[in-house]
Amino acid sequence: MIWLASLAILLPFLAAFGGMLGGPSLGRLLGGRSALRDGPALIACAPVAVSLVLAAVVAFVVWQDPGERTGTLTVIDTGSVPIRVGLQVDGLSAVVALMVCCVALAVQVYSVAYMDGDRRYSSYAAFISLFTAAMLLVVFAGDLLVLYAGWEVMGICSYFLIGHRWEERANSRAAVKAFLVTRLGDAGFLIGIIVLGLGARTFEIHGVLSRVWTMPDATLTAAALLLLAGVAGKSAQFPLHTWLPDAMAGPTPISALIHAATMVAAGMYVVARLYGVFAAAPGALAVLGVVAVVSMVGAALAALAQDDLKRVLAYSTISQLAVMGAALAVGAKSAAVFHLLAHGAFKALLFLAAGCVIATTGSALLANHGGLRRGMPVTFWSMTAGFAALAGVPPFSGWFSKDSVIEAAQHAALHGGGTTEAGWFAYAPLNSTRHGEITGPPGGVAWLVYLGLLLTVALTAAYAMRAWLMVFFGEPRGTYEIREPSRIMTWTVAALAVPAAVLGFFGLGASELRPHPGPALLGIGLAILGAGTVFLVWNRDPASDPAAGLGPVRRVFARGFYVDELYAMAIVRPVQALARGVVRFDRRGVDAAVVASGRGARRLGGLLRIPQNGNPQTYLTGLLAGVVAITALAVIFR
Amino acid sequence: MHLAYPTVVAALLFSVGVYGVLARRNAILVLMSVELMLNAVNLNLVTFDMRFRDRLHGGQVLTLFTIVIAAAEVGLGLAIVLLVYRNRQNVDIDRLRSLAESDDAPDEETEPGPEPETVERAAP
Amino acid sequence: MSGQEIVFTLLGVVAVGSGIMVVTTRRLVHAALWLVLSFGALAGGYLVLTAEFVAWVQVLIYVGAVVVLLLFGIMLTRAPIGDSADLDSGNRWAAAAVAAATAAVLVTVMVMGFRNERMPLRAGGGSASALGGSVFRTWVLPFEVLSVLLLASLVGAIVLSRTDIGSRVAGRRKGRG
Repeated sequence: MIWLASLAILLPFLAAFGGMLGGPSLGRLLGGRSALRDGPALIACAPVAVSLVLAAVVAFVVWQDPGERTGTLTVIDTGSVPIRVGLQVDGLSAVVALMVCCVALAVQVYSVAYMDGDRRYSSYAAFISLFTAAMLLVVFAGDLLVLYAGWEVMGICSYFLIGHRWEERANSRAAVKAFLVTRLGDAGFLIGIIVLGLGARTFEIHGVLSRVWTMPDATLTAAALLLLAGVAGKSAQFPLHTWLPDAMAGPTPISALIHAATMVAAGMYVVARLYGVFAAAPGALAVLGVVAVVSMVGAALAALAQDDLKRVLAYSTISQLAVMGAALAVGAKSAAVFHLLAHGAFKALLFLAAGCVIATTGSALLANHGGLRRGMPVTFWSMTAGFAALAGVPPFSGWFSKDSVIEAAQHAALHGGGTTEAGWFAYAPLNSTRHGEITGPPGGVAWLVYLGLLLTVALTAAYAMRAWLMVFFGEPRGTYEIREPSRIMTWTVAALAVPAAVLGFFGLGASELRPHPGPALLGIGLAILGAGTVFLVWNRDPASDPAAGLGPVRRVFARGFYVDELYAMAIVRPVQALARGVVRFDRRGVDAAVVASGRGARRLGGLLRIPQNGNPQTYLTGLLAGVVAITALAVIFR
Repeated sequence: MHLAYPTVVAALLFSVGVYGVLARRNAILVLMSVELMLNAVNLNLVTFDMRFRDRLHGGQVLTLFTIVIAAAEVGLGLAIVLLVYRNRQNVDIDRLRSLAESDDAPDEETEPGPEPETVERAAP
Repeated sequence: MSGQEIVFTLLGVVAVGSGIMVVTTRRLVHAALWLVLSFGALAGGYLVLTAEFVAWVQVLIYVGAVVVLLLFGIMLTRAPIGDSADLDSGNRWAAAAVAAATAAVLVTVMVMGFRNERMPLRAGGGSASALGGSVFRTWVLPFEVLSVLLLASLVGAIVLSRTDIGSRVAGRRKGRG
């Protein structure tokens, strides 16, 4: 079991090295131009496919026999708290790993066509493989430090992948920004891990969770808040969300992989994984709830006004991740994980379909799209399914998951306290709580989360509707030939449409995930309200942008509430000024001292150089004078 | 005979030789001054040979040897001086300064780098 | 003050005085001639000290050979016969100071050390037979070594002064020039 999991991690890892070292040479060896004989593509796709099979086997076994399996590969003795390099397989990790492998395989296959002819395809595919391996390591990690290793590798891979087309300044800047912002959170994450590990005297996740109730509240809250910093960085939650929209500079499949299904999901996954810690720290949960509400409403509003299809999807990712965070904040872990899976499916679908649209029209701006319904049927229907899932249209997956989240929030708001956990995604340590059941967030936060969720549902439907209408309806607004791109791309998109559509029905198997009439009807009603408003606005003038109806606030939304500008003013400029001051001080102070001492030594050397004039008589004079002086002294002081 | 007479004469002669070696520019004059110093030493050797009545006459024999070595030294020295003269057309010691440290060493270091204001500004 | 001491003092004054002339005269040839006088006075001093063989060797080798060699050197370097103004370097005052200090130290030491020492002077101690016996009995090995040294220095002097048997590199450089 553990070996299967470690093999699933190892295969993409080896594929990354193989692809980086031998991809092009294998391609030359096979010598073919067809997809099956493309060396780097083969190295990239085959191991992920095998990993997918392995993950499926693992998930099947866990489904048959639920429970937690841990295995230690090696123990690193650090002198204080030992690090057990081990893996942990349970329902949560198995199902998330399955989702990761699915998306990774889809992205790899899609990239073969999308990146055809790219000079650096080999390293690109290798980084995707490495990224997949890192994500699987995070998912399967049985030890906090192993998890952190995967977490960091993902960070650096996302840097390389976002900056794949670094020739353009904007792309490399986006990569640096993503790296720095996530790093800011990662610093907190690492400290949180250390606090947690030292508090529990072990880094094993299992051990940490079982000892949560022995730790003092202050330690727990501090650790949970620090972990939240890392989660906010990776999952692009307010206030560390600014990197995600910019990260759309990377190739579209990368956006699908990193910014929809895996990396940003890692943050929420870690919260779910360490939920015992958060459940014991209500303060942290309240913070998570507030952050989630701010993120989801703000990002949904921003998504409503974006000009760029990919940025719409990026803000929608922030918003949907915040929905997961909200579910976690009100204690509905199963609903959160359910939404994570559904979101992974439909957001990967949406990004890949957006890639098809961009490949056809040659532009990512919504204003240049339109009328793609005719001529791109596969993309159209797949993306429709994706947008329907995003907006929460029954019976697509998003409706089920979002409904379960709303239900949980409603329960928390109306009845207080959290939900009891049971079912497929649950795992043991939560049953041994101090108070018998999870203490939910304060009532005010629960209400806030509930209302924010309802508002987000309406807004989500609105921006999904807007993007859908602007891309596929109306008249074409650009000079392009409407046809499906490469067959590999469309097939991948169509394949992803299936889980996006039907994944929700799996939720019927768990009692807490089943739709409830009240929240379901409320959700549908709000979605219809949001979508209908946009449709009515659009219907008046199909050629224009429905966002124009927002009036002057549109600009505020489009700039993401000027958070970037705020950061530039509050952080970047002072830091730059400080750096300039430091440079100046270095030049005028430190450096000048060094240079001056160097010059002084040189001048002193110049003085000493005067006697060294090459005239032997002066040398001899000095020598003899010295001898005479010594002799005289010897005589006098004899 | 009082021992102070010859030793004082030798000391003065030696000092005169020292002055000549240090003050004369012409290499041949320097050689002459060296000869003066050697002679001062010889005088001392002879004096103390007489003072101690050495049965082996070490002092005087050594004086003879010194004279021989001085002759050889003058011969070689003059050969060198002639060679220098042939190469440089002068034998002034204070102009033979090939051993002096040359001034073509890298002098002042480069100018300070660009001012901090020109450091690139990253766009937010 | 005995007669010997008076004679020696006079000879010493001549020797030192002509030595001073050697290092101060403005004519190169005069310097060589003053050197002859100085060496001759010293030879007289050796005679007073009863070292007659050394005195004759002094006259023969120094006055006869060395000074002639020096005169040859002066002529071969085409030194001016008349006054030359720049025979002293700028180092002169430092040199004078060092020389004066040397003289002061040495004279002080000598006078302090041998204030009461007297030496007996008897004829025969420096005769040719006595010295010859000593050289060819006791000091014969250093004598032979010295002859080899002399030979080597002569060969060296010849090699240095002849242009056609220099080193191969020097010869080539000369050929190119």
